[in-house]
Amino acid sequence: MFRNNYDNDSVTFSPQGRIFQVEYAGEAVKQGSVVVGITSKTHAVLVAIKRNAEELSSYQKKLFAVDEHLGLAIAGLTSDARVLSNFMKQQCLSQRLTYDRALPVETLVSLIGEKAQLNTQHYGKRPYGVGLLVAGVDETGPHLFEFQPSGMTQEMVACAIGARSQMARTYLEKNADKFPDCGREELIKHGLRALKETLVQDRELTVENTSVGVVGLKEAGKRGIDFFKVHDGAEVKDWINSVGDDAEAAGETAEGEGMQVDE
Amino acid sequence: MDHRPQHWGRPRDDVYGAYDASYMRPNGPTTHTQSPVVTGTSVVALKFKDGVVIAADNLASYGSLARFPDVKRLRTFAGTSVVGFGGDVSDMQYLDRHLQELAIDENYTSEKGHTLNARNLHKYLANLLYHRRSKFDPLWNHLLVAGLDEDDKPFLAAADLLGTTFTSPSLATGYGEMLAQPIMRRYAKDEEAAAQLTRDQAVDIVKECMKVLFYRDARSLDTYSIAVVTKQGIDLKEDVKLENQSWAFADRIKGYGTQTV
Amino acid sequence: MAMFSQNPVLNGPNYSFADVPVQDHVDGFREHRFNPYTDNGGSTLAIAGKDFAIMAGDTRLTAGYSINTRFSPKVFKIGGSTSTQDDANILLSVVGFAADGEALKERLDSICKMYRYRHNKPMSVSACAKRLSTIMYQRRFFPYYVYAILGGLDEDGAGAVYSYDPVGSYEREQCRAGGAAASLIMPFLDNQVNFKNQYIPGSGVGHALQERERQPLPRDEVEVLVKDAFDSAVERHIEVGDGLQMMIITQNGIEEKILPLKKD
Repeated sequence: MFRNNYDNDSVTFSPQGRIFQVEYAGEAVKQGSVVVGITSKTHAVLVAIKRNAEELSSYQKKLFAVDEHLGLAIAGLTSDARVLSNFMKQQCLSQRLTYDRALPVETLVSLIGEKAQLNTQHYGKRPYGVGLLVAGVDETGPHLFEFQPSGMTQEMVACAIGARSQMARTYLEKNADKFPDCGREELIKHGLRALKETLVQDRELTVENTSVGVVGLKEAGKRGIDFFKVHDGAEVKDWINSVGDDAEAAGETAEGEGMQVDE
Repeated sequence: MDHRPQHWGRPRDDVYGAYDASYMRPNGPTTHTQSPVVTGTSVVALKFKDGVVIAADNLASYGSLARFPDVKRLRTFAGTSVVGFGGDVSDMQYLDRHLQELAIDENYTSEKGHTLNARNLHKYLANLLYHRRSKFDPLWNHLLVAGLDEDDKPFLAAADLLGTTFTSPSLATGYGEMLAQPIMRRYAKDEEAAAQLTRDQAVDIVKECMKVLFYRDARSLDTYSIAVVTKQGIDLKEDVKLENQSWAFADRIKGYGTQTV
Repeated sequence: MAMFSQNPVLNGPNYSFADVPVQDHVDGFREHRFNPYTDNGGSTLAIAGKDFAIMAGDTRLTAGYSINTRFSPKVFKIGGSTSTQDDANILLSVVGFAADGEALKERLDSICKMYRYRHNKPMSVSACAKRLSTIMYQRRFFPYYVYAILGGLDEDGAGAVYSYDPVGSYEREQCRAGGAAASLIMPFLDNQVNFKNQYIPGSGVGHALQERERQPLPRDEVEVLVKDAFDSAVERHIEVGDGLQMMIITQNGIEEKILPLKKD
């Protein structure tokens, strides 16, 4: 019977030039629940579906605030993501300590890229089983980066990773030309609509399972930023309603509608 | 003639005694700088409406000997900031090499070319100095960092060999602290006053300070470097001669040295 | 060791120029050792109220007889979730050797920020006070040469002030003055805040004399007290002056005031 002899470690190539362990790690990302990221000229947004292991358990966290100017969304092994998140937090803190500035997003992403790549080239090591979307604002504006267990990183206009993320990517590709000029609220709505595309028949976005993370410039072309903030629970209610089926039919809800919640 | 080539050109033992090679001993204790050797004197700097003027003369002294009369003590960083060095010249050259490397590394990290602004550079240098003093191995310098901050506002700050940092509309190191600072404070007593100064006014005030320093500081020189940092970039002149000197006041100084009347 | 004392009478003036090269006792040769410390002058003051705490410091930074700058704040917000410190809940004042003060502040702030990241809540003032003590004691044999005061609101919402010596010994107090003019301000505080040497008139003689009962002072009175304390210190101490920075922490957050002091 056929047995794959080239997937025992991450340092052996298969005769076809593949490294199976790294590819398997990529599969772990695809098992994770979906996360979507979009950037405009002024904002970077992350949205995510949280999963609960069973009916009575809590929902697993998907968005992490790393520093005031930057946060990340995860798909895959949460525990591996925490290791990377802690590392990124340390790097951001030490950059502020030594240079008194926010760590540029690209620099930080390349740091975790290098860190992950090392795990794919040493015997006895295991690649990270998690994919990340890193969204942040620095001197050169808003950015979104994708990170994969192979150590691959790339800057994206919009991106989705995780289970059934292809559906979200199709939505993003179809609407990509609208994103650059979107405001904060519009961008979040696009994110949530992309998220909805991935849902299976009987599931929908709820205040329990949806997370929204936003960071952006206070004013286009100016320096000041609205810090990265993760919104959960009641805070995302209005956003979810605004992309509900009836809302869709009735056209767009009023822009910048208040976040008032009374529960 | 001594037939052993390894002895040629060396002081003869029978005349000068055996050569004391103890200083070359490879396993002695490591030593740290206990005092500066070749030194530069004051650096003066003044903020104005849209930038900073900074100046330092071109002399490196060996004690009271005017040893190197052509040493540039203003160094540029990434085309956006200027660092003026007072104190030990070899430590200055070490820091300059280090900063050169930092600027190159920073340019390589990103296609977008993030560059450290004057505030970032000052924070970094202050940390470096503080860590070296904490290892009891100080970099014997007092330096001024001039440039712009993240909002393109004029930025001027100092850091010394202990890692002490401070910022002010005008700053001076060494003798400049006593002689130049009072002159500059007359024109820029606070940030608001400095923000009223024009570029020409600021340059004139700093040049006046360099003159006073040459009159009164024995370890100074009449050739100096002066840089103006603005949003447009750095305008650095490295061989400026002091103009309009008048030593008439010297006649009136009495009561020093061998002078009897 | 003059550096561990704030008493000018016993140890000579606490000016930074005490670190000029000293004569070697044995052969009279000049002993020129690198001295990693200096004294940058200045003074701080903190008073706790019923539902607020005030931290204050002058803004002058000196080196010997020179004024390095007229504006170098000594009171800092600690433990906010961002670099702007908008949601900070703790105040720290440091006076003594400015570079050590800056290093200590940065250290404590990043520890508080890491705490927020890990626990998703701000550090309590009492926890932060203990942590600051251990940070300082870790450097027992190469101390941060600073007199630190930590302020905030405790679990019951009452004003809390913790004061430290350079090696981390600390206690909670109603009020404390630190730095160059501590010995000038502290007795004034003893009298005005803790009502020392204040007795109820006609309550008796000798042991029967009753002390005036202590009660927390209202905020507006404390603010005036702080300004008076610094105005007096400026008159008598050359290293104090230029500006007065006051931070007031209440239930509603932290308010900052900058008032002028004499610049001479």
